[in-house]
Formats: sequence, structure tokens, C-alpha cells
Amino acid sequence: MNKPKTVKILKFHPEKCDGRRECEKACSQVHFKSDEGGTKSAIRIFKDGNSYKMHVCDQRGLCLDMCPVGALTRKKNGTVWLDKDTCIGCQACVGFCPIGAMRKSDSRIQPFKCIACGACVRVCPNGALELVEVNIDDVREVVYHKQGVD
Amino acid sequence: MVEGQIPIEEYKTGNTKHEWNLKKIKFAHRVLFEYDYKKSEIKKGYANRTLYINLSTKEIKEKIVTEDMKKKFTGGRGFGLKLLWDSIKPTTRWDSDENELIITTGPLCGSTQYPGSGKSLCLTVSPSTNIICDSNVGGFFGPYLKFAGFDAVEIQGKTKDDVVIVVDGEKGKISVETAPLEETNSHLINEQLTHLYASEDTDKSRQKISVVSAGKGAENSYWGCLNFSFYDIRRKLPRMKQAGRGGLGTVLRDKKIKAIVAKVEKFDGVSNNPANPVALVEVGTKLHREVRDLDKYQCNMRAVGTVHLVEIMDEYDLLPTENYRFGSHPKAIKIYSAEFFKHFTKVIHDGCWHGCTLACAKTVDGFTVKTGPYKGQKVTVDGPEYETCACGSNMSIWDPLWILEFNFYCDTYGIDTISTGTAIAFYMEMYEYDILNKKRCDGLELCFGNCEAVLELMHRIAKGDKGEFIQVAAKGIRRVKDWLIKKGWGDPKLIDNCGMESKGLEYSEYVTKESLAMQGGYGLTQKGPQHDEAWLIFMDMVNNAIPTFVDKAEALHYFPMWRTWFGLNGLCKLPWNDVEPANNAETDEPEKVPEHVQNYVEYQNAVTGWNVDKEELILQSERCYNWQRAMSVWMGRGRRKDDRIPYRSIGPVTKMEYMSRKERYEKYLIEKVGLSKKEIEEMEVNDKRMILYDYRKDQYQKLADAVYYRRGWTPNGVPTPQKMKQLGMDDPKMLKMLQEKIDEDDKKGLNVWGGKYGKDEKPPSIIPKYWEKW
Repeated sequence: MNKPKTVKILKFHPEKCDGRRECEKACSQVHFKSDEGGTKSAIRIFKDGNSYKMHVCDQRGLCLDMCPVGALTRKKNGTVWLDKDTCIGCQACVGFCPIGAMRKSDSRIQPFKCIACGACVRVCPNGALELVEVNIDDVREVVYHKQGVD
Repeated sequence: MVEGQIPIEEYKTGNTKHEWNLKKIKFAHRVLFEYDYKKSEIKKGYANRTLYINLSTKEIKEKIVTEDMKKKFTGGRGFGLKLLWDSIKPTTRWDSDENELIITTGPLCGSTQYPGSGKSLCLTVSPSTNIICDSNVGGFFGPYLKFAGFDAVEIQGKTKDDVVIVVDGEKGKISVETAPLEETNSHLINEQLTHLYASEDTDKSRQKISVVSAGKGAENSYWGCLNFSFYDIRRKLPRMKQAGRGGLGTVLRDKKIKAIVAKVEKFDGVSNNPANPVALVEVGTKLHREVRDLDKYQCNMRAVGTVHLVEIMDEYDLLPTENYRFGSHPKAIKIYSAEFFKHFTKVIHDGCWHGCTLACAKTVDGFTVKTGPYKGQKVTVDGPEYETCACGSNMSIWDPLWILEFNFYCDTYGIDTISTGTAIAFYMEMYEYDILNKKRCDGLELCFGNCEAVLELMHRIAKGDKGEFIQVAAKGIRRVKDWLIKKGWGDPKLIDNCGMESKGLEYSEYVTKESLAMQGGYGLTQKGPQHDEAWLIFMDMVNNAIPTFVDKAEALHYFPMWRTWFGLNGLCKLPWNDVEPANNAETDEPEKVPEHVQNYVEYQNAVTGWNVDKEELILQSERCYNWQRAMSVWMGRGRRKDDRIPYRSIGPVTKMEYMSRKERYEKYLIEKVGLSKKEIEEMEVNDKRMILYDYRKDQYQKLADAVYYRRGWTPNGVPTPQKMKQLGMDDPKMLKMLQEKIDEDDKKGLNVWGGKYGKDEKPPSIIPKYWEKW
């Protein structure tokens, strides 16, 4: 099997963001068929002083080795994908995500995450979001299995 | 391999591949009897029924779990005790037809959100002790049994031919089938049956099967363990965890059960139908994060599992070495965790149930077997865990590869590493004293450190060798003690003092000589000397946090109750205190890990919908703990005489042992016993040793006095009807039996304290029959 070499991740241009969070609403439509945004969105926009910051999965894939049932895989396009039907809701990936980008909504047991679908990019009226291609080897991170801290 | 993020289908163990003719194996099966049942949903952690199978009468039925049963026995081990009480007699022995093998789950068992939630609790009348033994184990069987529809399965009776029992949660069918062609040894039969019963030829499908088996060693010894499988989709093989203690596998094979298979159609994170899934996820995720952030600074469980304990025990003189004579060894560094880490497969996430991020279930993949029937094959060794490594030091084996070999064969033969290792260490000491020799050992040179002889003994046991020594050795230390004494081959007192068993069960792997509380933690127990009731060595010996008898008794009340609680719920104890919150040391009672206790309160409430507090958790345990002790009393045991422990666990048995820690013992004789330095200088070593012997034995009896009183028992260790009633355990048959036993003890003058109390000392109570005033 040919392993993907690159993956698309979200890039944020805070200077263009107006804080209306249309991206979150679009995202929750993808994951939950809902316009709520917020805790039902894989991408989150937070106020940061006078500006905004984005919080979303960067496809590093540390969670991949955590899944006991193989629900997490890297798709052909390089994105880290959670298969809802296989997931048994243990939250190991949620707990171990170093940046908290694997999210869990109260409405179902399976977590959810950014799948780099671009719905948020398309909906943003100001072009504050874009998908950029990066090498997986540059972002990749493995869960620690070393003995000791270093 | 260590780079991680390997697609599941690409991972390779490098093990020897097996080709099975599964069709032929399946075709040879003949259904002896079967039973269809209606599948139903789990409600708030309970399936609300248990499964009863009688192999002698070919009966299968469902038993209802009542609200009263939940209130009194909670689940898990508690349910097992209740089912046994209803089914066996006080005269039932391990091989009696009416003896049962019970596997239970517990209301929290099968949750995936909180680490350590997949434990099964197994109970039976033990061949080693002739009382009830409970043993907990990971693997998928318990959760799958529940998701297939049952909180417990109890198996009574025996069959003539080898059978497999199948609990098919997909079809809603129980069947008992002859199984003539399967292998018996666990690493093979577990693989065969996993493939045989999986609905499809996929790893996903195979992951929905769990097998319980025990190998040829279980057939031919009293050390039989149960191997519970959990299919590993990365390694593509069923791995296994053991219900090790007390000979449960021996009972399985005595009933002619080759394996029990559980199969589920599907399950997810809410198959338990928890009352409050949001609260459950919250408390579970909190612990995942704690493990993520702190394990690497604390126990390193994720990297090396429980093996991290080897170096700690060696440093504190607690690592059993040469049959517990010593607590450390210069060679011990060769079996420190770093040595095993080199062999462990890294990167893969290694929990024995889904969602356990503490992930202590390490393996060595592609291990080349050195001896026996599988010599030259490459296999996966599950483990070793700390106890198995410490069996190495106890037998003076300092080579990780031999410890892995020992581990592999113990597992696949279905024998408990702890009992096997502790017993062989005793035989080795007897060999050193010439009480045993090559001739008496059927040609085995069982001297300390002889790895080949250890494995040869195990292979001969598994083959059913009829040698006199092999036969008795396989029954464990208690029987070998009796045999050696009967043969007149050595000083009976020496033999008795050196053999590390209590109640007939071999000790697990900690040196307890300098911790009186831990001596109680091993002796004043239900099933025998296992560290799952209390581990008080650091509290007692290192931190001196429980100096008085009353303090020690309180610890020997609280911790056994607390640890019993895990077994009532189907949980693993490790996530309680093998990872601790960062601020734990600043809390009022750090040894209890208060924040985690509160986690468990929230966890139980979230699943069951109850509204309990931490005091109620202890009460849940107290009900079952007292019930189990009462059942031991019912079976003619459970008294002070049954709580005796060998002197090797209390102090130095031999002159050499005394001399090896001379300074420590002489300091003790001065500070505790009150001898002067001059007296000590003038005394012979053996005289000093005897003074220590008498003093420490008396200390143990005084400890028993304090503990019995704290637990609400008579001075002879019998739970009182008054205490039982206070706990809401009002079974009239039980209460009447206890009163009769107490009256019998009274007639024999046994309701008296065991310690010798001086002028300025007081026993726990001076009121005769103090319990009648409660």
C-alpha cells in the first residue's frame, strides 16, 4: 500500500477573521447535521485579545496508535480519520490528544475531529481559512513509549 | 518498528505461523446440549440475569438478578459468593461434583471510558486451600459475557469427554460441545477457537471472540490458572491474561472443560447503557489525561508495565530472593525493567480491555522458545509482570530470557507463575539443605539458579509424569511440606518455617519480614497470601505512618475493603494508585488517593444511576468481605489457626539469614524487645534468633487480635451475627450458622485473644463476648 506523504491542514489568517464563526456552524453541519457550532464543531475560533485564534486538529496522528479497535486510520489523502461505526467510545484519543483537538460532544459517544473537508474554508466570507498541503513527516508525532521522561 | 503509526494490517510479530484444519476440528464437535435465550439490553450496568450450566445433569437455565441481590452483593465477586452459597455445601471440595466454577462481571465491567474496566472475577473452591478462592483477570471475556446477556456464568458438575462451552451472544444460544481435536495448551487452543467461532474471516470479527482456557499444566497440578483471551488486531493473535491464584484452571480441567467461548454481535461505548454517559465520559477522560501527563514521571506503566517494581523492591530489600531469604541481590540489576524494556514490543497500545490507557499489558513478540514441545518456535509472550520477574529472583534466575521462557510455559500450560515460582523456590531451598536431592527429585537437580531444571520440572508436570516427587511437587508447598515431614527427611520445624504458604496457597512476591502490617496483609486474608487485599509495606516500614496496632488494624480494615470494591464492580485496581494526581501528596490521606476514590464514586453513580458516597463504597465491600469469611467458617476454616503464616514471612529462619541482616535485627532487639547492647554481644546467634522468633510471632498474634476486633469478628476470627446484621446481611441460615460456630468455639475456650499482653499493654477489649453488646 502506498502511504500518503502529504496531508492538508487548516491555516488561519486571523487578520481576516470577523469572529462570526460561520466556519463552526458549517463544521457542525458536517459532523452533526446541526447549525450549532461550538462544542459540535471540530474547528473552534476563540477570541485572543483584539484578534482571534483557531483551534483544530493538525493531523499529526498521535492518536492513531492509541485506538484499541483500529477506528483511527490515515486516509489516502493523509487525514486522520475516525470511523464512527468501529469506534467504541473509549476516549483514549480524546484524553491523549496533546492539543485537545480530538473532540467529544455530549450528543454521542464517539469523538469527532477535523477531516480537512474544507467546508469551513468555503463558508468563510473573508477568506480567513485555507487548506495548505504539508509533508506528513513534518507534522507526524508518535505517542510516547519511552521508558522515563527522555 | 518503533516509528509508530503503522497501519494495522501491516504490523508483523515475526511469530511462527500455524496452519489449522478448522473444518476438521469443527466437524468433530458434537453438541451435547444447548439452550436458546432471548437477547436483551443491559440496563445501567446490569444484564439482570446469570447463566447456570450443569455439566452432569445437562441443565442450562437463567437466574434472575434481584434488586435485593444488587443491594447486598453489588456484583462481580459478590455475585459469585452469593451463587456459591446457594449451590455448594460446607463439605464441598475442589473436585466435588457440586463445586462450581464461576466467572462474574460487575456493573462497571465493560465500560470503555475509564481505564481498567474489563476485569472478570472468577471463583471456585480451591484445590490448594479447600475454601473459596477469588481471582481477577483482564481480557475480553467478562465484558463479552455481559454484553451477550449475563452478569455471571456458574458451571456445576463435570462431563466425561472434553467440551467447549459457547456463549453465543450473536445467536442467543448456549451450547456445550465435545471438543476432541483442539489443542489443550492455551496459546494454541485460544487461537484455534478464535478462528473457529468468528463469524467472518476478519480481525474485526475475531476481536468479538474471547476464550477462557487452561493448558496441560492445569490438568496435572493444583496451580491451574485460567487464561482469558483478548484478540489483538495489530498482532493478529489472541493474547491472554491470567486468573492466576488458587487453581481455578485445575477446576476447569477437572470438569473436563477445554475452553469457554464468549461471542458478541456488537458493542460500543454505551453497551452498558449507563445512567449518565456524559458524566462517565467526563471522569474517564480526566483520568486518560492524567495518565498521559503523569505516568512517565511516576510508574512508567505504559512503557514497562508492572516490571518497574523490580528495581524499587530490590532497593528497599523487598525483592524475594532465594525463597525469600533475602530481599535484594547484586545480580538483580540484570532483571530491572530496563532489561525487559529492550525486549518489549514498543509503540503498540497495550491494554487488556478497550480504553485502558495505563496499558500495562506488555508483550515480547517473536520470542524464540528454548525448551519443551515448542522449542525453536517463535511466539508472543504476554508479560512478564512484576510477580513473574520476582519469581525469577526467588529461584535465583537472573536472565530475562529464561524468565520469559518460564513466563511463556506457565501461561500456555495454564499454571500460575506465582504459585509455580514460589513453590519451586522452596523446593530449591530444601535441595540446598539436602532435604531434597537429585534422587528424591526424580532426577532433577533443583538447585537455585538452575533454569533448565525449572523448565524440565514444568514440562514433566504438564506431561503428567508419574514420578513421586513430580506428583507431589505439582500440588504445591503445603503438600510437599507434609510429604517431606512424613518421609523424615529434615527438621519439620525448618521445613514448615521455610515453605511460603498460608492456608495452602503460595505467597506472592514481596518480602514482609520488616513490615508487621504487611504480614497481616498476607495472613489475615480471605483466599490466602496474595497482595490484592493490602499492600502496606511503604506505609508501615518506610514511612512509619501506622505505628500502633490500632493504626495497623485500621489500615487492615480499610484497604482490604477498598481493594475488594474493584472486584465487586469488574474493575482493575491499578488505575487507582499506579497513577496519582499531581497534588496527591498534599492531600490529607495520600495513601488512599482521595481524588481517585471520588472518581470511583462518580463512576459508579454514572453507570448505575445510584447516589452513593465513598462510605457506601466501603460498605458494599464489607458486606461481601464478611460474607466470604463467614463462608470459610462454614467450610470449617476461617479461624485464627487458618490465618497463621510461616516464620519466613516474619523473620529470619536460619542463622545465615540472621547474619545477612545482623545490624537490622540487633537494632530491633534493642529498640523493640528491650535487650541491652551488652546482652546482645554476649549471646549466641541462635539464641538471639529465637528471642526474635518468639517476640515477632507474638506481635503477629496481637495484630490479628486488633484486626479481628476492628473487622467486627470474635477473637477467633469469626464474623459475628451482630456485625452481619449491621451490614444488612440478614440471611437466617448464615446468622444461625455463625452463632453455632461461635458457641462451639466458646466451648473449646477459643474465644480468647491470641497475644501475650504485659502489664502496661491492653488487648482490644476486656469485655467477654463484646460483640453481643453491639
